[in-house]
Amino acid sequence: MNSPFIKLWGMPILLGMLTVIGLLSALFGDGVWDALSAVTLGVPVAVGAWFSLRRKRH
Amino acid sequence: MSAQSLRWWSWIHKWSSLVCTAFMLLLCLTGLPLIYHHEIGHLLGNDVEAPALAPELQANPPRANLDDVIASAKALYPNKIMMYMSQELDEPAIWNVTLGDHPNDEHYKPIAVDARTAQVITEPAFEGGAFMSTMLRLHVDMFAGLPGMLFLGAMGLLLIVAIVSGVVLYAPFMRKLDFGTVRRERSTRLKWLDLHNLLGIVTLVWALVVGATGVINTLADVLLKVWQSTEIAAMLEPYKDARPLVQMASVDAAVKTAMAAEPGMGVSFIAFPGTPYASPHHYGVFMHGDQAFTSRLYKPVLIDAGNGSITDRRELPWYLTALLVSQPLHFGDYGGGWMQFLWAVLDLATIVVLGSGLYLWFKRGRRARAEARQEHEQKAPAVQPVLARSGGER
Repeated sequence: MNSPFIKLWGMPILLGMLTVIGLLSALFGDGVWDALSAVTLGVPVAVGAWFSLRRKRH
Repeated sequence: MSAQSLRWWSWIHKWSSLVCTAFMLLLCLTGLPLIYHHEIGHLLGNDVEAPALAPELQANPPRANLDDVIASAKALYPNKIMMYMSQELDEPAIWNVTLGDHPNDEHYKPIAVDARTAQVITEPAFEGGAFMSTMLRLHVDMFAGLPGMLFLGAMGLLLIVAIVSGVVLYAPFMRKLDFGTVRRERSTRLKWLDLHNLLGIVTLVWALVVGATGVINTLADVLLKVWQSTEIAAMLEPYKDARPLVQMASVDAAVKTAMAAEPGMGVSFIAFPGTPYASPHHYGVFMHGDQAFTSRLYKPVLIDAGNGSITDRRELPWYLTALLVSQPLHFGDYGGGWMQFLWAVLDLATIVVLGSGLYLWFKRGRRARAEARQEHEQKAPAVQPVLARSGGER
């Protein structure tokens, strides 16, 4: 899958879907569902932090 | 995307953002402490904790008679009347009682009563103390009441427009770049443009959900009014000629009646006669379910405050269910400590998106003016749309 569409929108769609799962899972369950929510909401946060804070190697 | 539609989306993004940004920054900044209101209340010594029970009672804590709970609270303010009593899901040992001079008293007195012994625990600080109360009021209505709430709701709608138009503009900016590219070496403006795009797209769904549920929350008062004038009014039809209440039935018995009618449900709050959630002749007993999701939804049971019998009980209408579901999705208080933390980080990321957007507009404006001056001097017409130039800059 190397189409321009996937290259441009692949990550945004993936992160968006993870966010939706994270927002909903904790709403409909406790315990393991809260943990799933923390992981799936954590991925977009980690991705954002990683790309905005990393320094290119010279 | 054609140059014309790019210019059109750029215009939408610029103006929807510019109008709402100052208010969104206010909401992000005041929302941050609100995410941690329990923890801050604890630090400030403003939160209420139930005293430890005697060891022999801890295994099977007693439940005090609700009429005794009310009597304890009223003993502090004999001239005030009951407005509400409520319990938080995770703190069944405390009844939060509010007393006022009249059923709509904004300067009500909050009193925490031990739900097991009916002893007054404390009179908690109003809305969690001066600091938290200020944050809350700034966040909810900017001290401007219903107009302030609705105004912030309109700003939230503009935020949604800004987010959607921002997603449309993401494509022309990022088409030739890998996801997450931040061009740090070229110029400060380019670096912040890339960070704006990156953090904007990463927080996209969260910001849309928190924005949209925030807008729904600003309609709370309006939705409540609609419910009162339709469904509550219909339930109260038989009482329209009733005389004012003289004697009030036992609240404890009323709640037992409601619990018997709705097995498996617990009590979230009880609204007393005359308040917006009851009627002049009724107790409104608002029950919640026992599952993660249903514990956030209410089922109201109206109890005749004269004789203690059930007048009516029905499901909430869809728009109040939507309001109740939108609240946790806005507050981020339904998934434990990790969710609170992620909510705070996403809030901070949104502040960066707002701030960088403002910075880019400011830089853009200065550069555009400088170029316009140049073009004017050279008498050459501008050919490229404003934002396409920055996208092609590499």
